[in-house]
Amino acid sequence: MAKRDRLSGNEAVAIALRQINPDVFPAFPITPSTEIPQYFASFAANGQVDTEFIPVESEHSSMSAAIGASAAGARSLTATSSCGLAYMWEELYIAASNRLPLALALVNRALSGPININCDHSDSMGARDAGWIQIYAENNQEAYDNMVQAFRISEHKDVRLPIMICQDGFITSHAVENMELLEDEDVRKFVGEYEPENYLLNPECPMAAGPYSVTDYYMEAKRNQAEGMRHAEKAVLDVAAEFKALSGREYGLFESYRMEDADRAVVMIGSAAGTAKDAIDRLRERGEKAGLIKIRLFRPFPAEAIAEALKNVKAIAVMDRAEGYTNHGGPLGADVMAALFRAKSPAHAINIVYGLGGRDVRVGDIENVFEDLNQIIKDGDAGETYRYMGIRE
Amino acid sequence: MSYNFKEMMNRPERLAPGHRMCAGCGGTIAVRNVLRGLHEGDRAVIGNATGCLEVSTFTYPYTSWEDSYIHNAFENAGATLSGVEGAYKALRRKGKLNETYKFITFGGDGGTYDIGFQSLSGAMERNHDMVYVCYDNGAYMNTGIQRSSATPMYADTTTTPVGSESHGKPQNRKDLAAIIAAHDVPYVAQTTFVQNFKDLHIKSEKAIYTPGAAFLNIMAPCPRGWRYNTPDIMEICKLGVETCYWPLFEVVEGRWILNYEPKKKLPVEDFLRPQGRFKHLFNPGNEYLIDEFQKEVDRRWEELLFRCSR
Amino acid sequence: MATDISKLGLKASWRDLTEGMVIAGAGTSREFNTGEWSTSKPLFIEDKCKQCLLCVPVCPDSSIPVADMKRGEFDYEHCKGCGICVKACPFGAITMEGVE
Repeated sequence: MAKRDRLSGNEAVAIALRQINPDVFPAFPITPSTEIPQYFASFAANGQVDTEFIPVESEHSSMSAAIGASAAGARSLTATSSCGLAYMWEELYIAASNRLPLALALVNRALSGPININCDHSDSMGARDAGWIQIYAENNQEAYDNMVQAFRISEHKDVRLPIMICQDGFITSHAVENMELLEDEDVRKFVGEYEPENYLLNPECPMAAGPYSVTDYYMEAKRNQAEGMRHAEKAVLDVAAEFKALSGREYGLFESYRMEDADRAVVMIGSAAGTAKDAIDRLRERGEKAGLIKIRLFRPFPAEAIAEALKNVKAIAVMDRAEGYTNHGGPLGADVMAALFRAKSPAHAINIVYGLGGRDVRVGDIENVFEDLNQIIKDGDAGETYRYMGIRE
Repeated sequence: MSYNFKEMMNRPERLAPGHRMCAGCGGTIAVRNVLRGLHEGDRAVIGNATGCLEVSTFTYPYTSWEDSYIHNAFENAGATLSGVEGAYKALRRKGKLNETYKFITFGGDGGTYDIGFQSLSGAMERNHDMVYVCYDNGAYMNTGIQRSSATPMYADTTTTPVGSESHGKPQNRKDLAAIIAAHDVPYVAQTTFVQNFKDLHIKSEKAIYTPGAAFLNIMAPCPRGWRYNTPDIMEICKLGVETCYWPLFEVVEGRWILNYEPKKKLPVEDFLRPQGRFKHLFNPGNEYLIDEFQKEVDRRWEELLFRCSR
Repeated sequence: MATDISKLGLKASWRDLTEGMVIAGAGTSREFNTGEWSTSKPLFIEDKCKQCLLCVPVCPDSSIPVADMKRGEFDYEHCKGCGICVKACPFGAITMEGVE
């Protein structure tokens, strides 16, 4: 039996973690993710979990300890935001190349500088090539549901890669929403036990992890690692199907919103998709054929499926909540445009940088984007493909 | 603790040959003799900071370790083993593991005194049941003999080269054992290779079997970086101890204990002379540098005697 | 189950490498010969040896095997000829060209 509750995104994720009852949780506080380990520490203090909670002295150490714990044979995770993730950067690559299926509850926040505590995606976008699976949420319910599904995906025997469960700082992490929680027992059963084949604390056979690898092996090692990522898409879908049977809530690689007959679409990640949906509903009332692709799985990037979903669209705005400093736009823009190019799409596409450092995204802003796309279709030309939204000129 | 040397030498080897450390390396001498402190039949997980030891003892697919082993990165051996030890506690609590494990991590002075200092400090402060072993060869040897905060004053390194305006490293070395002792961990000791390794063995065994965090600082000469005659390693270590450059001591539950006091303290130049990294100190006109060095050794020795007298 | 490293030679395909580059098992470096690193090697003169074992802990390459409290012949597959053991022996039971 599901139960309804009113929770912040951080509390919802912390509850998911209590239900999962992981083995080791090393953590270091950073706004806006601090509440996740904070809630969890109280679960541990009250005997509601068996987890070894390790309050370490930095994010570099939280990820390092999570790696040690995971290699030792424990289900482990940590949580962070922004500079904390940047500080872990080296370790992200090591977790992935060691094929350790640990999880990271990431609450997206702008990177310094200037220092800012509000939402954008510059932190996780910086980690997009680290070899982690990245899944994003629009709202608190999705953040919770994604966390419940995380270990099933990361620990899948064909995948075995670390997973980042992302939600938007403050917008979902601190805002309280009505949502549905699963029963503890159902989550426990759904997630199951972590049973690695080789691990440090295996009394039957010792293990050595983290070798020096000469040039003769390094490239093969990377290709071998990439194979895990190639299986991730299917694992995400399989786990989502099982999750639907349990919860009734449906997840895919991305969400298509009112795309059936859309001639214009925005592609975006995270909480602003909710705003975009409102804008689309308004436009639809006016008879405009507007639609949305909301990315859930960003790494690996489901390029073919996205191009397929956009095949009948004439103009596309890819919305990046992060700068790429390429002088051409952000990382989502680059990936989506490459997907369209590969699919030989005739659509016009622009890339819009928005919402940096918590800059508000209003329904009217998104309506304006669709109006711009309208103009592009009329002109038969995308014009400037690298734009900013919500900036004071 | 009793020490039957021959019985200890009869214990199974826990560091297999075939590693690629240099001929005459002090690092693996340290490792072999620390691991002999483990009781036969006891399991261990070994951690390792990036450094000579790591790249040479686990070069894919060749591991020299007879126990489970994890290398993560340069600066996080303390944190990594914290996680392993946390996993051990959690798996035992959940009834998934019944066996007993010990946790020992090795780092060079670069990975310990410098880049891994924060991670080490955190692991010690949290009092994980582990031993952090620093094999201190006084420079970043893996990258080619660059100075570290463990490098002694006036040493000629590739980042503190001797030149017309330089006498080598201008600063004194950091006293890491004292810093870790200030963390109030149950056990800290400093040792090196002397005689039949009784000092090193007993300290290793104590460190491993003392519940909570323990730290061992082991002077482990590097023939390449120190430029002495490779076969003379035991003599170099002996001179380090007899000149009081590298005193042997323990800090047990906050109490400082001097383990060896030379009958006749030798002048530090006896320790410096055989080492090429100090060759310039023996040039005419540089006698004052040796005097400076001696003064610092004396000052630290007096400080140690004072600590141990309380 | 321990990894069979004989399948992980330099010709191994990316498919054959171990997941996460871990090696299950221990002491596989025994398969790697470091004995060829130098030409000068210590010589063990058994007649002079009193089995004090002082040469054992000083070997950086675990190349002086001990069984039943007695040392045996050098492991020349791995001994790198550093000469430390020559100096450690109080009885002149180890000699090496170029060392004292």
